[in-house]
Amino acid sequence: MSPPTVIKFKFRLYVAGDTQNSMQALANLRKFCQTYLADDYDIEVIDVFKEPCQTLDAGIFMTPTLVKLSPFPVLKIVGTLSQTEIILQALGLDARTE
Amino acid sequence: MANTAVTLNTTSYKAPTGITGFDEITDGGLPSGRTTLLVGGAGSGKTIFAMQFLTHGVRDSKEPGIFVAFEEAPKRIISNFESFGWKLDELPSDQLFFLDAQPKPDFIQSGNFDISGMLAALEAKVKEMGARRIVFDALDIVISLLPDAAARRHEIYRLHAWLLENELTGLITAKAGRDDHSSVDQQSFSFMQFMVDCAVVLNHRVIQGVSQRNLRVQKFRGSSFDEDESPFVIGKNGFDVALARTLGRVDAEVTNERVTSGVERLDTMLGGGYYRASSVLITGFPGTAKTTLSGAFAEAACERGEPTMFVSFDSDGSEVIRNLTSVGIQLQRFVDNGLLRMISARTITGSAETLLVRIKTLSKEHKARCLVIDPVSALSKAGNELTANGVAERLIDWSKSDGITLVCTSLLDEMSGQTDGGSPLQISTLADTWLHLNYLVQAGERNRGMSIIKSRGTSHSNQVRELILSDDGVTLADIYTAGGEVLMGTMRWEKESAERVANEVAEVAAQLKKVSLDAEEAVLEVRAKSLQTELVAKQVEKTLLQRTTESREREQSRGLERMKELRGADIADTANKVDKP
Repeated sequence: MSPPTVIKFKFRLYVAGDTQNSMQALANLRKFCQTYLADDYDIEVIDVFKEPCQTLDAGIFMTPTLVKLSPFPVLKIVGTLSQTEIILQALGLDARTE
Repeated sequence: MANTAVTLNTTSYKAPTGITGFDEITDGGLPSGRTTLLVGGAGSGKTIFAMQFLTHGVRDSKEPGIFVAFEEAPKRIISNFESFGWKLDELPSDQLFFLDAQPKPDFIQSGNFDISGMLAALEAKVKEMGARRIVFDALDIVISLLPDAAARRHEIYRLHAWLLENELTGLITAKAGRDDHSSVDQQSFSFMQFMVDCAVVLNHRVIQGVSQRNLRVQKFRGSSFDEDESPFVIGKNGFDVALARTLGRVDAEVTNERVTSGVERLDTMLGGGYYRASSVLITGFPGTAKTTLSGAFAEAACERGEPTMFVSFDSDGSEVIRNLTSVGIQLQRFVDNGLLRMISARTITGSAETLLVRIKTLSKEHKARCLVIDPVSALSKAGNELTANGVAERLIDWSKSDGITLVCTSLLDEMSGQTDGGSPLQISTLADTWLHLNYLVQAGERNRGMSIIKSRGTSHSNQVRELILSDDGVTLADIYTAGGEVLMGTMRWEKESAERVANEVAEVAAQLKKVSLDAEEAVLEVRAKSLQTELVAKQVEKTLLQRTTESREREQSRGLERMKELRGADIADTANKVDKP
């Protein structure tokens, strides 16, 4: 029963239904978050097939795309998120792991 | 579907691009509802082609279109196209939609990805605006981001399937060329070529500093097409593909109408003038009055009230006008009233193809019915030798089909044989009428000689005539042949004056003869009259004589009677015997 705190990492993952790349990205993201971000994260999954207009507005053209909404700046990472190093670097967490 | 067979005619399964020449090459345009790949190096005109295809769809075929930009921001593209006068910003976004799909500079990639997101978003847009045409400009940019060949092939296939499913006429452009620096690897590239229904290759080469652009349709499933490379230029209105021949066009209407050459005696030599919509070639060395002859033609055309265009490669329009004024050809008045348009082509640089397109555009603007190109040999200037022939052919073909009477002059190289002088462009074989001007050096003079080498479909004089330029204009003079040589200039004049003198002498002699004959006639008449009078006198005399004889006889016989009466005797017998011996 922890009090509602401000969550540090907010992610939005755009997936293309249950295609292989997308499912892989979701799995990789979950694994990554559990490993490095403890419980301090929030993942919102958007299916581009169901929300094409939102996808268009957001300028998402490649799937899967992970958008880091917070902390600032907003960042997009495209792909299956299979390389942990790149994600750590992108989130500015690489120094902490050493 | 029951109506499939009906809809499968040329018009319904081709999506016209509105690109001059291209729709003719492909017999209607790009395959409708299918995918076309447009490949070419950087700056070969892919985006222009694609944009023309879309705007034509929106404006003329009522087919809304989507432009997916991978390489350039849509705003930049729109501003780039302002110079073409297509007014892209006037098209509503529900007719022409731009999707900025450039990979952002802060783009981070981790692992494999696909383009489902974009296709999903596009599908929504396609449904929303009822789009029929779509362009993926510079697809190679995205493809090259994919980690391996299998993934690339997969995405290409995905795109193709999506296009088919949505029944869109797709145009994919990709940078690829003969150079190995293209961003699409050979494998994906050949896969793309295999997959699409139509492939068009754009080429841009620079030959001796002159840019030459070519377009070639590599494949077109289920359609006939022109397989050859066709030169094209990117002009004011976008693409203009040159056709080697007017494919599928009905032969131009042939007319028997004649137009004057501007030189009365030349018309006579040609049996009435040039044919309307024919092409005339005037060859000759520098200074043989080629420009003057074409100027005379232009003046005559303007006098008939026909819009005329005079393209000069040698000098400025005003110079040409001034020079022609000296031989009595007044063109300025027609420039002033807008009938005549002088084009100084010295200022137009570029390939022969560019020149032809410029000439075509300008003449269309001017609605020219008569066109002079002075000299057409300028087309084969350095760097254009290879293409100039084709350009000259198309020039003649185009003018003919548009009903424009074309007069070209062609400079002959001093080296290329003095006697018959074929034109370097070989258009002498294509031209309908070929006039050749030559110098004849004789007795210390250079005189201009003109002959008709050929004139299709007209009887024409076989004689060489002397071309005389004077303040009053251009005229032709008969030439004299003496001892197998033609006489011109002073020698002709001498011969003419000698003949004049001989004529005068003969005339005087004849007059003299007439006078003397008149005199003789008069004498004879007088004699005839006096004889007549004499005759009358004699006749009178004769009558008188007869009458006196008769009266004497009467008197005598009366005297005898009287004597008988008086004597009562008969003595008449003796008297009668005396009087009638």
